[in-house]
Amino acid sequence: MDFGGINPVILIATLMASAVPILLAALGETVVERSGVLNLGVEGMMIIGALGGFVVAVQTGSPVLGFIGGAAAGAALSLIFALLTQVFLANQVATGLALTLFGLGVSSLGGQGYNGIKPPRTGQLLPDALADLPVIGPILFGHDWVVYFSILMTAVLWWVLKATRIGLIIRAVGESHEAAHALGYKVNRIRLMCIAFGGAMAGMGGAYVSLARVPQWVDGITAGAGWIALAIVVFASWKPWRVLIGAYLFGGITVLQLNLQVAGSGIPVEYLSMAPYLITILVLVIMSAGRKGKANGAPASLGQNFHASR
Amino acid sequence: MKRRNLLASAAMGLMLASGAFAQGMDKVKACFVYVGPIGDGGWTFQHHQGAMAVQEEFGDKVEIQYQESVPEGADAERVLTQMALGGCNIIFTTSFGYMDATNAVAAKFPDVKFEHATGFKRDSANVSTYNARFYEGRAVEGVIAGRMTKSNKIGYIGSFPIPEVVMGINSYYLAAKKVNPDVQLSVVWAFTWFDPAKEADAAKALIDQGVDVIASHTDSTAVLAEAAKTDGKVIGFGQASDMAEYKDGPRVTSIIDNWGPYYVKRVGALLDGSYAQQDAWEGIAGGEVLIGEITDKVPAEVKAEAEKLRDDIAAGTVHPFTGPIKKQDGSDWLAEGATAPDGDLLGMNFYVEGITGDIPQ
Repeated sequence: MDFGGINPVILIATLMASAVPILLAALGETVVERSGVLNLGVEGMMIIGALGGFVVAVQTGSPVLGFIGGAAAGAALSLIFALLTQVFLANQVATGLALTLFGLGVSSLGGQGYNGIKPPRTGQLLPDALADLPVIGPILFGHDWVVYFSILMTAVLWWVLKATRIGLIIRAVGESHEAAHALGYKVNRIRLMCIAFGGAMAGMGGAYVSLARVPQWVDGITAGAGWIALAIVVFASWKPWRVLIGAYLFGGITVLQLNLQVAGSGIPVEYLSMAPYLITILVLVIMSAGRKGKANGAPASLGQNFHASR
Repeated sequence: MKRRNLLASAAMGLMLASGAFAQGMDKVKACFVYVGPIGDGGWTFQHHQGAMAVQEEFGDKVEIQYQESVPEGADAERVLTQMALGGCNIIFTTSFGYMDATNAVAAKFPDVKFEHATGFKRDSANVSTYNARFYEGRAVEGVIAGRMTKSNKIGYIGSFPIPEVVMGINSYYLAAKKVNPDVQLSVVWAFTWFDPAKEADAAKALIDQGVDVIASHTDSTAVLAEAAKTDGKVIGFGQASDMAEYKDGPRVTSIIDNWGPYYVKRVGALLDGSYAQQDAWEGIAGGEVLIGEITDKVPAEVKAEAEKLRDDIAAGTVHPFTGPIKKQDGSDWLAEGATAPDGDLLGMNFYVEGITGDIPQ
């Protein structure tokens, strides 16, 4: 079952775990952007979540509480963004970038003294008997609970956005905030809740890096994952299942190129490293070529602030 | 107004600097540029320890300034210019990638001293370079790797394909091969100095393919954290810093970069006026490379063998690159008994015979 020295079963199992942080963050950002808000602070919220989750897990000894703490920390930071953009109507792009810088700085300060501590372990969810089954065992049953949670969230968000009243309201606010306002929806309040949700998801994604994937705290631990999450949202044209595909593609290629190197393949590293980005560009071109004018399915009010007086 | 301020402070900086060098200085402002955060627990952490040692040694006579996580490239040049304008007398740039920026800025500020770590370009008289012979430590690690591996597969996580790293890979492999002729080396290039998640992924890729001893040339402790997940099946080494928190886990020994003595010496020379341009390259003997405590996981005879190699290298009786050694393509490099000249090491861009794979160009 090996191809060129690489076992595809282990590869798939590894990429599912390594894609979790960007998947969670990108899902959260999808909801935020579907409500018409462009929050570029994903990286900042992720790293705050990574720190918050780590601190809570170390203090309480419970990784589950850690993930909740990470989500709370990410949501708390995103509320600063919500306050500035929804109440004071600050520019979303500038505020989002500032949020990233702020998050990186605060996490570096708050993380002093947490270097070199080992967090409680986030173990595999299902019993070994299942995980040891050939082929499907490692892929389907060998993960920790967060991996299953991330897939579950993809399904839930897809259903909520597509088939529920809440989803309809979120989309209405994102497509035309004037119309949504005229119908009596509180545009800014709905957006605020979406931002907080996005922050919680990003924070949880960050917590997965510091609690499960690397398990430790070091400064700058997310190292740009938030930006990849942002790219995936566009890549996926704001649809949850495509976000999952995008996250697995990005995560998968990173894992694949490292594995190919170990296996001694002749493909140069550089080509594999740039592959996900090339594919993103390709997908964007193909999607926008298909429908004239409508570009790539971005929410029509994306990035615009709303005030009832206008 | 702004521009005038800038020019004025530039002029002041130059005056301050130029007035002082002939006969030593009363007070030195020493500045450090770091490639990662101090909290990385490895490379940058150790440089900062060195900076702290300077402060401790000279107290009020030295002012320390530093900037963390400075990207290699155009940003580095801006940071260096800022520091030179801000009155720094000596600037330590602590990563290979700052080489061109350091030389470019140094040419504009002839009265500020620049010290570039691990580089080889000294374009103007005020640029010195300093490095440590980390490959000596790699040889000690290689002995342990060769003796400890059960699968006969050992791994090395490289950062960038530069001579510094290639040298480490070759030294590690040669030492392992000497004690265990069946050993096979897998090299993974991470193309980053610092990205904990990617470093962990690289370690996982090696472990998935049966590697059970991993050396790393990246800056964080993520590789050891990943190895720790295997419950003792895989061992690794502390890199740049002792990483002692993994002592009861996978870390069996470490290479510790000890920059303090060098920094104290250079800043001291600036204070007493004996400063001169130089190219420093010290190793285990000079105390710049320390081998961390070898843990009990390593059997006593292997530990003794590794310690003997360390002591022999320190005494100068053993050189990790001693012939006969062939290059990967089978051509001759070192003849029987010959040791590698420093020039060959500093420009090393080839694997030695027996290592598979290519160095990315």
